[in-house]
Amino acid sequence: MANGIHSLRNIARFASVAVVLSATAAFAGAAQDDQTTTAATSAPDVQVPQALLDAQAHRVEVVARARAATVAVFATGGRGGGSGVLISPDGYALSNFHVTSGAGDAMQCGLSDGKLYDAVIVGIDPRGDVALIKLLGRDDFPFAPMGDSDQLRLGDGCYAMGNPFLLATDFAPTVTYGIVSGIHRYQYPAGTLLEYADCIQTDASINPGNSGGPLFNNEGEVVGINGRGSFEKRGRVNVGVGYAISINQIKKFMGYLRSGRIVDHATLGAAVATSEDGRVRITQILDNSDAYRRGLRYDDELVAFGGRSINTTNGFKNALGTFPKGWRVPLTFRRDGETYDIYVRLMGVHRKDELIEKAQGREPPPKPKEDDGDGDGDNDDGDDEDGNEEEPQQPATPATQGMPAHVAKVFEARRGYANYYFNQLEQQRVWGQLSASDELQPNAPWTIEAEIGGGLTSSMELSTTGAKLSLPGGDVELNVDPERPVISNSMEPLGSGGLVAALYCWRRFMSEGVDGFGLMYYQGEVPLAGYINAPPHSFQETLVDCLVGEHGGAECRFYVDSGSGELRVVEYFAEKDMDPCELIFSNYQQMNGRAWPTQVEVRFGNQTYQTFTLKDVKVAAAAE
Amino acid sequence: MRNVRKYRFRISQSLTIAAVAAVLVVGGSAKRAHASDLSDLVDEVQPKMVKIFGSGGLRRLENYQSGFLVTAEGHILTAWSYVLERQVTVHMFDGLRYQATLVNIDPVSEIAILKIDAGGNLPHFDLTEQPDAAAGTSIWAFSNLYNVATGDEPVSVQQGVISAVTNLNARRGIFNTPYQGRVYVLDAVTNNPGAAGGALVDRDGNLLGMLGKEMKNEGSSSWLNYALPVAAIYETAMSIIDDPNYTPVPVDHLATGRGGPKAEFPMTLERLGIVVVPEVIAAATPPFVDDIRFNSPAQTAGLLRDDLIMFLNGNVIHSCEMLREQLEYIDRDDTVSITVIRDTGGRQEIIDLTIIPDF
Repeated sequence: MANGIHSLRNIARFASVAVVLSATAAFAGAAQDDQTTTAATSAPDVQVPQALLDAQAHRVEVVARARAATVAVFATGGRGGGSGVLISPDGYALSNFHVTSGAGDAMQCGLSDGKLYDAVIVGIDPRGDVALIKLLGRDDFPFAPMGDSDQLRLGDGCYAMGNPFLLATDFAPTVTYGIVSGIHRYQYPAGTLLEYADCIQTDASINPGNSGGPLFNNEGEVVGINGRGSFEKRGRVNVGVGYAISINQIKKFMGYLRSGRIVDHATLGAAVATSEDGRVRITQILDNSDAYRRGLRYDDELVAFGGRSINTTNGFKNALGTFPKGWRVPLTFRRDGETYDIYVRLMGVHRKDELIEKAQGREPPPKPKEDDGDGDGDNDDGDDEDGNEEEPQQPATPATQGMPAHVAKVFEARRGYANYYFNQLEQQRVWGQLSASDELQPNAPWTIEAEIGGGLTSSMELSTTGAKLSLPGGDVELNVDPERPVISNSMEPLGSGGLVAALYCWRRFMSEGVDGFGLMYYQGEVPLAGYINAPPHSFQETLVDCLVGEHGGAECRFYVDSGSGELRVVEYFAEKDMDPCELIFSNYQQMNGRAWPTQVEVRFGNQTYQTFTLKDVKVAAAAE
Repeated sequence: MRNVRKYRFRISQSLTIAAVAAVLVVGGSAKRAHASDLSDLVDEVQPKMVKIFGSGGLRRLENYQSGFLVTAEGHILTAWSYVLERQVTVHMFDGLRYQATLVNIDPVSEIAILKIDAGGNLPHFDLTEQPDAAAGTSIWAFSNLYNVATGDEPVSVQQGVISAVTNLNARRGIFNTPYQGRVYVLDAVTNNPGAAGGALVDRDGNLLGMLGKEMKNEGSSSWLNYALPVAAIYETAMSIIDDPNYTPVPVDHLATGRGGPKAEFPMTLERLGIVVVPEVIAAATPPFVDDIRFNSPAQTAGLLRDDLIMFLNGNVIHSCEMLREQLEYIDRDDTVSITVIRDTGGRQEIIDLTIIPDF
C-alpha cells in the first residue's frame, strides 16, 4: 500500500497547491506600485571578478557530481515513490522508511542518466525513518561521499536534491538551494515511529517526493536525508522549514542497516526532566535497566551522555535519539557533588514484536505530527532480543513473487528482518575476516595454560562437551550434552558472571563458526569503547562488528574487529536482564602457528574478575 | 519626519548596494571564507533574538512568537497579537527565562514593546540605524517559526531576497490588517506560525525590519511573506520606549472592563445593531463590521460596513471574541464610544463614534 505522503494519486492535489504558490509570486509582482524600487540591471561591459567565476564553476561542478548520485525511487508498478542517494559504488543507497514502506521489498530506481535500475530493500530503521536499499546491476554506480554533519553551522549553504512531486519523467533530480536554518533540532515521533532527533533544518525547498533524498553541503557531501517539514495550514508544500536526518546519526546505524534487520533505536531506561535550577535530573529509572545496574538513580543529575554535555531535556533527547539499541555509550552523572563516569548498555525503544508489527504491518506509517507532549519515548520492558528466534514466517504467497529473478536472488523474507539475505552476507563477511589466516577445525578441543599474577597459574580445557577451568582455589567445570546442550544460568565461578560458560562459547564460536555455533545473526557495528576504556569523546571511533548467537538457551555476543580480523570481546548472558560475563581479548601473538590473545580480561558488572595472561594454547586433533 | 527623509535620501545609494550584495551572495556559496562570514552573521544576530510565549495554545492558535532586543535595558520589539494578552515569558538565546511586562502597543502598525529586567547591558539592535534596502537586497530572517527552537536552542534563520518594497494594499477581504504602510515583500517563506516579531537583517547583520503576522490574501488564497521596514515603525517604537506617557492607546485595556464586575444586563452586538465578520480563527479574527442592522443605533451613529473596530470605550479591541467579552462589562443602557478605522477610497481615517442604545 502506498503511503499517504508519496502516492501518485496525491500528486493532483499537490499540483493544485503548486498553482497557489505561483499565484503568490504573481501577487508579489502585482503589489509593486510606482514607488517601488527594482533591482539594478547590469550595465554593459561588466567585469566579473575571477572569484565569482571560480565560485560559479565550483557550484556547477558540485551539482553535477551530486546529482549523479541522487536516486528517484519508485514502487514497482508506479504506485508512488520518493528519493534516495547512492553511497557506495556497489549500489547501496539511503532513503526514508516512509518511502520504502510504501514501495515494497523490490523497487525501481532512476538515476540522472535516465536509466532505471531494479533495487531491493536491505535494512530499515522505522523509528529514525531511514531505509537502506541496494541498486542492482552495476558495481560502478556514481555515489556521494558522506560528510560530517556535526561540522554544519547555521547559515552554511546546502543543496536538496530529489524528485519533488515526482516531477521528473527522465529521473533527472530537482536541485534546490538554501541555508542551514537550524541544527540539533528535535521533531517528535508519530506514536513511536518517525522520530527526527538531532536533525538539520533547512530553508531549501523540500516537498513531497523529496523524501529520502540527500541534503548536500557546499562540497557535495551528503550531510542529511530529507524527510519531513513543518506544514500546518498551508497544505503539504514547502514553507521554508524542512528537516533532514543527520548523516552522523545514520553512520551510527549503518552497520545495523546493512544487517538486513528491522533495527530499533535506544532508550536509557530512564526519564529525565529539567529541574527548577536548570539541571537535567533523572525522574524515573527502570530497575532492570543497565543504567540502574551501573549505579544511576532517581534524582541524579545528568551531566553528559553519548559524548555530549547535557544542559536541557531536549539536548538529552537529541543525543539519545541518534543511538541504536544495544550500543554501550558513556554517561556522566553527578550526585552529592561527586561526578561518576559510566558506560551504559542501551535498551530498545520497542518491545520485541512491537516494532516488527509496526514495520511489517504494511500499513502506511503514521504521519508525523508536531508534538505529542512530554515523554522521551521510554516504554521499555527490558526485552533485549531482536526477534530472530522465531521460525521464518511464510506468507501465503512467496514474498519473492513478481520480483525479477536477479532481485529475488538477493531477497529472503524472515520475521524480524527487512531482508535476511543481507544478514547472511554480513555474517559470512565477518566470519571470513575472522578466519582469514586459518580456520580452526570443528570439534577440536583446546588446552590453555595461563598466569593470573602473583606467580599463580591457571589452565583451561575447552571442548564440545564442556569446559574445565582450573584456578588456585580449585576446579570449576561445565558439562554440556552435545545432543541437548543447556548452558544458561551458569554463573560459575562465583563472581565471574559465568566464566566457564563464556570460555566454552568462545571455543565453540571459533571452531564451529557462524554456521555451527547455533542460531546466529549479525547485529551491526557497535562501539568497543565500554570495554577498552576509550575516552568518551572518541567512543564512536571504536566500532567493531557484532555477531549474536544463541546456544543452549543462552545468548552470546562476539565483537570482531574486521580490520585486524581479531575477536575482541565475548559476552555470555547467563540470564536475561543481567550483566554478562565479559571476556576482553588483547595483545594477539603467534602461538603454535596461529594468533591468540595473550591477555584475557574477565569482567562482570562493574568489576574485573580476573586477568589471564595466556602462555600456551594447544589445539588437539578434532574429536569424532 | 527626520527619519523618513533619511530613508528617502538613501534610496539612491541602495541600487549600488544591492548590486554588490548580489555579487557577494553568488560568490559566497562556494568559498569557505564566505561561508564562515555567514556563520559570523548568525552568531552576531542570535544573542539579540528572543522567543516569546504567552496566551494561546489552542488549535491553530499558537502561544508563541518571536521578538528581538532593541535597547541594552531590555526593551523587546515584537508584533502585537493575542499572544501578549496575558502573562508573557521571554526565553533568551542562552536559555534564561524572564517574565516580561507589556510597555505599550500600537494597534495600527501592530507592534508591541515588551520589557524585561535582565541587567543593563544586553546585546540589541539599534533602531536609529536604518540601512536602506530595495528590491534585490539579500536578507536573512531570524524567527522561532513553528516553535522549532526551545530552551537555549538558536532560532531559525532563512535566506532570501526582497522582491518588492511597496505599500501594503490591505483592506477587508484581501488582507485583514489595519496596517497600510510600507512593507518589504520577501521571496522566502518567512511568515510562518510564530515568526511574527522576527528580525530581518542584511548581510552585515543590520536590522532592516520586523517580520509581520501571517497574512493570507482571501481573494487568491496566497500567503504573503513580508516585513515592516524599521523606518516605518521606528518613531512609534521609540515613542513607546522613551515616553512613559505615550498614549496611542490606553494600556490599561486589560484592567478596565475585565477588572470590574460584569454588567447584570450586559450590552450585546445585537442590541447595537452590529454584525461582525464570522470568527474564522477564535480570538484572532479582526473585528471588521460585516453588516449594520437597518434603523439600529449603530446605523444612527454612522457606523459602516467594513469598518474595523479598534477601541471600545477607550479599550483596544483586536478580535471579535474580545469585542463580545468587553461588551459584557457595559450595561445594556449605557452609551458606547467606538473608534474605527475606515478605508475611504484608499485612505485610512480614524473615526470616533458614539452609539446610543434605544430605550
